[in-house]
Amino acid sequence: MQNIGSGSLPLFSFVLRRILQMIPTVVFILVVTFVLVRLLPGDPASAMLGDRAIDADVERINASLGLDKPIPVQFLYFVKNVFTGDLGTSIALKLPVTTIIMQRLPVTLMLTLMAALLALVLAVPLAFLAALRREQTADAVIRGTFQVGLSMPVFYVGILMLTVFGATLKWFPVGGYGDTFADRLYHLFLPALTLAFSFSAVLMRNLRSSIIGVINAEYVDFARAKGLRPRIIMTRHVLRNALISTVTLFGLQIGTLFGGAVITETVFAVPGAGRLMIDSIYGRDYPVLQGLTIALAVLVSLTFLATDIFQAWLDPRVAR
Amino acid sequence: MSVAIDTGLGLTVRGLTALFNTPRGMALAVADVDLDVAPGEMVGLVGESGSGKSVTLRSIMGLIQTPGHVTGKVEWGGRDLVAMPAEELRRIRGSEIAMIFQEPMTALNPVLPVGLQLEENLVAHTRLNARERRARALQLMNTVGIPAAERRLNEYPHQFSGGMRQRAMIAIALACSPKLLLADEPTTALDVTIQDQILKLLLDLRDRLAMSVVLVTHDLGVIAGTCDRMAVMYAGRIVEMGTVIDVFRQPRHPYTRGLLGSVPRAGAVRTMLSSIEGTPPSLTDLPAGCAFHPRCSFATDICRQERPPLLSLGNDRKAACFHHDRVAAAEAIL
Ligand SMILES: Nc1ncnc2c1ncn2[C@@H]1O[C@H](COP(=O)(O)OP(=O)(O)OP(=O)(O)O)[C@@H](O)[C@H]1O
Ligand code: SF4
Ligand SMILES: [Mg+2]
Repeated sequence: MQNIGSGSLPLFSFVLRRILQMIPTVVFILVVTFVLVRLLPGDPASAMLGDRAIDADVERINASLGLDKPIPVQFLYFVKNVFTGDLGTSIALKLPVTTIIMQRLPVTLMLTLMAALLALVLAVPLAFLAALRREQTADAVIRGTFQVGLSMPVFYVGILMLTVFGATLKWFPVGGYGDTFADRLYHLFLPALTLAFSFSAVLMRNLRSSIIGVINAEYVDFARAKGLRPRIIMTRHVLRNALISTVTLFGLQIGTLFGGAVITETVFAVPGAGRLMIDSIYGRDYPVLQGLTIALAVLVSLTFLATDIFQAWLDPRVAR
Repeated sequence: MSVAIDTGLGLTVRGLTALFNTPRGMALAVADVDLDVAPGEMVGLVGESGSGKSVTLRSIMGLIQTPGHVTGKVEWGGRDLVAMPAEELRRIRGSEIAMIFQEPMTALNPVLPVGLQLEENLVAHTRLNARERRARALQLMNTVGIPAAERRLNEYPHQFSGGMRQRAMIAIALACSPKLLLADEPTTALDVTIQDQILKLLLDLRDRLAMSVVLVTHDLGVIAGTCDRMAVMYAGRIVEMGTVIDVFRQPRHPYTRGLLGSVPRAGAVRTMLSSIEGTPPSLTDLPAGCAFHPRCSFATDICRQERPPLLSLGNDRKAACFHHDRVAAAEAIL
C-alpha cells in the first residue's frame, strides 16, 4: 500500500487525542474495581481461616491487609500502589500479585491473540465466499454452519473439540501448557479454535453483509472500469471498505473474547489469567482479583485504542 | 463515416440489449442498440433521465452484473467484448477503453488517496516505475486543471469539491491514453470555463491520438460544439441518429423535436434539453407499439399497434418513426 502522505498528520493528532481520552477511562476503572471488590460478600480473612475462624484471628488478618482502615484511605493507598506496580500480595499463594499476573496474563494474551487471528482467517475468506455467492448453496451452508456455532455455548464447543480432536483422534493435547514456544502454540491451538469459533461467526456475519453493501458501490464499478486485477479490487477496494464496520465490531467484542477465554481455560486446564480469576473468586483472594480486573480492563481499553487507530487508518474520514 | 465496420477499427455495437431482473419484472433498460464510433469520432448520446444512456455505456464496458444481463455484440478492434474472457477484457478496460462515470461524488473510493487511485491504473496497464507514475499523475492533474497537484495527489476524495472530484475522475480515465472514451456527463459539476477547458482537452486528444468519444450530456450546446454525430435514446432504444448538423436542423423524430424544442438555432449557446410533456414509460411495462405514443402529438393508430423500426433515411441518418416525413415537414414550417 502507498504511503499516506499528508494524510498521516491528522492520523497522528487523532492517535494523540485518543490516548489522552484514555485517562478518564483508567480513573474510572480504578474506582470501579476498588468498589466492586469491597462489595463482594464475605471477607478474605474468613475465607482463609475457613470453619476455624475466630473473631480475633479475623481482625488480625484484616489489619495486616490494611482492610481495617477507612475506605477513602484504602483507596488512596490503592491508587498509589497500582501506579508503583505494587498490587499487593496474594492471600492464597503468598506471592506478589504482580508476579502472579505476569506469569498468567501472557498465556491468556496468547490464547486470545491466536483466537482472534484464527477467527479472522476463518471469517474473511468465508465472508467473501458467502457474499459473492449470496443466496446460493455455498452461502446457505456457510451461514447455517455459523448459525449453529453461534448458538452453542463456549464450554460445549470446548468439550466437543476436546473429545474429538484431543481424546479420540489424539491430534492435540487435552490440556495444559507446553514449555517451548512451539509447544505452547500446539497446546493452545484447540482452546484458541474453540474461542475463535463463535467469534468468527459474529465477524463473518457482519463482514458478509458489509461486503454485500460495498460490492455494488460505484467506486468498485469504477475500479473494474479501470481494469484493475480482481485481487486488487477485492482487497484494496472492497475488503478495506467492508472492514471499517467489522473492525468496530471486533473492538466491541474483545471483552466478550476475554470472557470466553476464562471459560476456555477452565475447560482445557490452561494455566492462564482466566483460571486464576476463577480460583481467586472462589478463594476470595481480593488482591489478585483486584489486580486482574485492573489488568484486564486496561488491556480491553488498549484494544479499543488499537481498533480505533486501525479504523482511522482504514478510513481517513475518521481522523479529521 | 462508418469506416468502423469495414476495417475493424473503432467501436461497432450491434443489438446491444440490457435486461434487469427487478421485483416488478424484467426491465428492458437497453434494447437492440446499434452504434458505430470511428477512430477520432465524437458521438453524442442524449435522452431523458432513465432512457438508458448510462446502462448503454456500462454494457459496452462489461460492467453490468446480476441482476442485469447483457446480450449483443460489442466489437472493438475485431474482438467481441461481450463474449471475451474476463482477463482479456480487463486488459482492455482502463487502457484502450476508459469510462468517466456520471457521479463524481461516489465513483472515487473514499478511503484511498486520489493519487493512488490514479496510479493504480498505470500499475495495471503500464510498466512505469513509481517515479514515472508520479510524474504522469502530476502531468494529468495539471492537464485537467487541478491546482497544487503535488499536495492534492496525497489527499482523499472527501477533501475535494465536486468539481475537483470530477476532474480527478477525468484524469484517472485518461491515465493510459485510451483509444475510446465513454464519457457519462463528464462536465456537469464544472463551471463554464473549466467545462470548456475539459472539452478542448477531449477534442485535442481526439485530434492527436485519434481517440474516439461517446459523450453523454444534457447540454445540447456541448453536443453542437464538440460532436460529429449524435444519437437520441428513448426508453432504452435509439430513436434517431445522424450528424449533429442534420439532426439539429431537421429532427425526424417527434421526441428529438421535443428535446431540441427551445434551442436557439444560431450559435452554440449552453442550452439544456427541454422537457417534454408526460412521463417516460415504465421499463417493465412498455406501451404497445411505439413506446413514445402516449406522449406523441403525431401518433396515429399504427403507432399504437406496431413498433416503428429504426430505418435508414440516407445520408447516415436514421429514425424510428412511422411519420418521420410529417415530423420533418412540421419542422420546416417553424
Ligand atoms: N442495477 C440496476 N437494476 C435495475 N434497474 C436498473 C439498474 N441500473 C439501471 N437500471 C434502470 O435502467 C434504466 C436506465 O438507466 P440509466 O442510468 O441508463 O439512465 P440514464 O439515461 O443514464 O439517465 P440519467 O440521465 O438520469 O443518467 C433506469 O430506468 C434504471 O432504473
Ligand atoms: S411512431 Fe408514431 S408515436 Fe412513435 S414517434 Fe412516430 S409518430 Fe409518434
Ligand atoms: Mg445516466
